[in-house]
Amino acid sequence: MLLAEELRHSFGSVKALDGISFRLQPGQTLAIFGPNGAGKTTLLKVLAGLIRPQHGRAHVEGGRRAIGWIGHQAQLYNQLTVTENLRFWASLYDVRVPEDVLARLGLEEHASRPVGALSRGLVQRVAIARALVHNPAVLLLDEPFTGLDRTAAETFGRLLGQHAAAGRATVLVTHNVEEGTELATDVAFMRAGRFVHFAPRAGRGPEQVGEEYRRAIA
Amino acid sequence: MRSPELLRQAWAVASKDLLIEFRSRTAIVSAAMFVILVLLVFTFARDPTAVAAIDLAPSILWVTLTFAAVLALNRAFQLELENQALDGLLLAPISRSSIYLGKLIANLVFVGTVELIGVPLLALFFNVAVWPYAGPLALVIALATLGFVSVGTLFSAMTVRTRVSDLLLAVLVLPFMIPPLMWAARATGPLLAGRPLSEIAGWLKMLAAYDIVFLALALFLFPATVNE
Repeated sequence: MLLAEELRHSFGSVKALDGISFRLQPGQTLAIFGPNGAGKTTLLKVLAGLIRPQHGRAHVEGGRRAIGWIGHQAQLYNQLTVTENLRFWASLYDVRVPEDVLARLGLEEHASRPVGALSRGLVQRVAIARALVHNPAVLLLDEPFTGLDRTAAETFGRLLGQHAAAGRATVLVTHNVEEGTELATDVAFMRAGRFVHFAPRAGRGPEQVGEEYRRAIA
Repeated sequence: MRSPELLRQAWAVASKDLLIEFRSRTAIVSAAMFVILVLLVFTFARDPTAVAAIDLAPSILWVTLTFAAVLALNRAFQLELENQALDGLLLAPISRSSIYLGKLIANLVFVGTVELIGVPLLALFFNVAVWPYAGPLALVIALATLGFVSVGTLFSAMTVRTRVSDLLLAVLVLPFMIPPLMWAARATGPLLAGRPLSEIAGWLKMLAAYDIVFLALALFLFPATVNE
């Protein structure tokens, strides 16, 4: 479903990716933890096809149509309403906005408000709705919990659970070990462009993963 | 990719841009104010006994429209940088050409609106009769506008991620605008003087050739400008 082979990419003398390889099957959720500058965002951008790697290859089954992406920025237009934004992005995928997407993310009462007038947390919910609008087979998520309150984070966690249960794959980059671990089937620790740990979660809880992460990164 | 699909995607991008501009009205108001200001300055600065209005009008019209268009072209990709929407566009399963065409359509509507404000004001301030030649004049304006907006939209994409995009766009695009503007000014003069259309047929053909060449080039080069 998703394949990364020997990915290498540098920005000047800085190695952002230094030989990353992995494969995700349907239903897998890979949580990647790493310090700032470890190369996590670059990895997601390479997987999404937004950056062409200098070495190796990334392949997502189904191509761009199969990818749902949440980046550091919301990729929304501040002057357009929530509904207009979602309609625009849906039109690019030649689909209709799913009727329940606003309700699932608690956005119904904000549907006709301009995105620029929403709080950070609400904007993040709209960004999640945008990423899900075409029902993607692979989700690439870069710090998706940013700005979400506890309720919204739990709702999003449930959506990701449903996504995985439907046989879809997710790559999740987050600093939040607790939330990331709970959603993951596989866990990776990234440092200086490399995976220093990559293994199935196999029943490990957030505390154990957090402890292993601190030891691996230290 | 099939043409209807390409056009559908291009229209989705264009209508989104136009809706945003309709909501904010920032660029259109600043471009319209610029046109009014420049025409007013030329009106009061010129000495009517030295140069006849009919001789001056074509140059003033095209200088005004050119700089107003550059103001407009700047905004084409700027709004895609807000919240990194450009990444979303590049990730969507649409062709890069449809993004370019969408931006081109929106820019043409935008610059066309500025021209709809500028031409009547020129007629008013300079007491030049444009209505008897409205059809041929519209053709000249349309051909010239398509040419420089095609090039400007491409350069707008190239410069948008630089720190001095406004300056860089003007520096890069103005040399490419010289040929169509020169031909358009040369065609506008005889038109406003009431000469027959056949007299400017050569300029019209040059403008049409410029449009075809640069539109094709821009469509070919655009994917490379937005890819990483």
